[in-house]
Amino acid sequence: MSAHVLFDAPGPRARRRMVVVNVVAALVVAAIAAVALVLLDRKGQLDARLWTPFLEARTWTGYLLPGLLDTLRAAALAIVASGVFGLVFGLGRLASSRAVRVVAGAVVEFFRAVPVLLMMIFFYLGISRAGLLDPGDVPLVAVVLGLTLYNGSVFAELVRSGVHGLPKGQREAALVVGLTRGQSLRLVEVPQALIAMLPAIASQLVVILKDTALGAIITYPELLAAARRLGSGEGNILQALLVAAVIFIVLNYGLTRAADRLATRVDRRTSGTATAEAPSLAVRAGGDD
Amino acid sequence: MDEGYLAQFLSLFEQFDVLAAFWVNIQLTAYAAVLALVLGTVLAVMRISPVPSLRWAGATYVTLLRNTPLTIIIVFCVLGLWGQLGITLSADFQTNFFRLAAIGLGVYHAAFVCEALRSGVNTVPVGQAEAARAIGLGFWPAARLVILPQAFRGAVAPLGNVLIALIKNSTVAAAGSVAEASGLMRTMIEFRPDVILAVFFVFALGFVVLVVPVGLLTTSLSRRLAVAR
Repeated sequence: MSAHVLFDAPGPRARRRMVVVNVVAALVVAAIAAVALVLLDRKGQLDARLWTPFLEARTWTGYLLPGLLDTLRAAALAIVASGVFGLVFGLGRLASSRAVRVVAGAVVEFFRAVPVLLMMIFFYLGISRAGLLDPGDVPLVAVVLGLTLYNGSVFAELVRSGVHGLPKGQREAALVVGLTRGQSLRLVEVPQALIAMLPAIASQLVVILKDTALGAIITYPELLAAARRLGSGEGNILQALLVAAVIFIVLNYGLTRAADRLATRVDRRTSGTATAEAPSLAVRAGGDD
Repeated sequence: MDEGYLAQFLSLFEQFDVLAAFWVNIQLTAYAAVLALVLGTVLAVMRISPVPSLRWAGATYVTLLRNTPLTIIIVFCVLGLWGQLGITLSADFQTNFFRLAAIGLGVYHAAFVCEALRSGVNTVPVGQAEAARAIGLGFWPAARLVILPQAFRGAVAPLGNVLIALIKNSTVAAAGSVAEASGLMRTMIEFRPDVILAVFFVFALGFVVLVVPVGLLTTSLSRRLAVAR
């Protein structure tokens, strides 16, 4: 339902009223902003010396850009790894063998219910203790593993619900032309399901990118950690966090916009229905399919 | 797993109060959920209202908060609001951190509540809004009497998802120095690294136990409350 059906095209009186409400709303927003600015100023947070570091090259080359690079590195590794994990377990959930389905289902449901931070801390401490890796690599590996298990499970659900969203005729036709069930899955159903689920996959990428910030808690030197170090060095933690947040918002907003655009474009490319949201844990737990 | 391992492992629970740590997560979730529901509902009404500036303000809030990592918001609440601006919500250190983290969680999840409610509004057929207009209801009566009651019912499943995400995200309060489950798990593993796997599974299962009933409940609620059409 389009929200605009809730009200008529405004007539002259409604338009006058709307101007009034518009002005009032603008004043309220402006007042909130003004109060915030006065509050910040009273604490000396608007001092130029706290903001000028962001105009210096060494702030960016020394802190923010390396942090951003580490954020992107963890996100890229996690995206590739969770794609593989998602495909393997998504196919597992669709397998003809009941045992494989049950095992894949249990793995996926477990990792979707456990907080990512819990997994990251576990891998961070576990791998450090096992001493298998260079200590410098442990935080990255822990971040990527945590992100992969959670988001890979979401991808597995996307593969599954994408295949379930296809019309039955797709599989029937594949079987009729002589493909086996496995071939039908691999060659006909999963590729279509992935295209139908592209928007949801893209918005899950935003989740991965955002969750890399959890790495700061386990000493991974990503953007948030870099901002904190910068802030405690220059005494401008508020400003450093704000700049880091803006970088994240710009990256994620770009990704979201790309996902929205994909959603409208891929709608025609598949016989399944494209959804922009990951399948919900709430509905899955009901076990309706 | 031999008996010695098990006995050693169980002795850990006499030293560390695991249930108390989980209770902190549950309390964080409860306070943040109330804040997120109130703020999210206001935002959703703003976003479907006829006033462009309100729609714009609501959309901006959702875009900004949804695209910021929760960890940054929590760190900001503690280091920024408290550390730099000196905003204290309680004289007690722990309570202060707890309240700041709950506000951070609530403010972040309000954006997702708003989107869940908007998806609920989308389940209401256009004809309902047209009928409401036809009998002469303006925007506010139509929204309050016709659209929102049905939208809330239609939004039960997505709201359940937000609540599940909130339960899991309450662990991020660790970034704001709140003593909750993930922090205790870390302490326990650092204290007794030999039983790391068992400790992890206890905490992981704790969250499974918290999350799965919420999923089951909201699924059955969403079926029972669904408006038959």
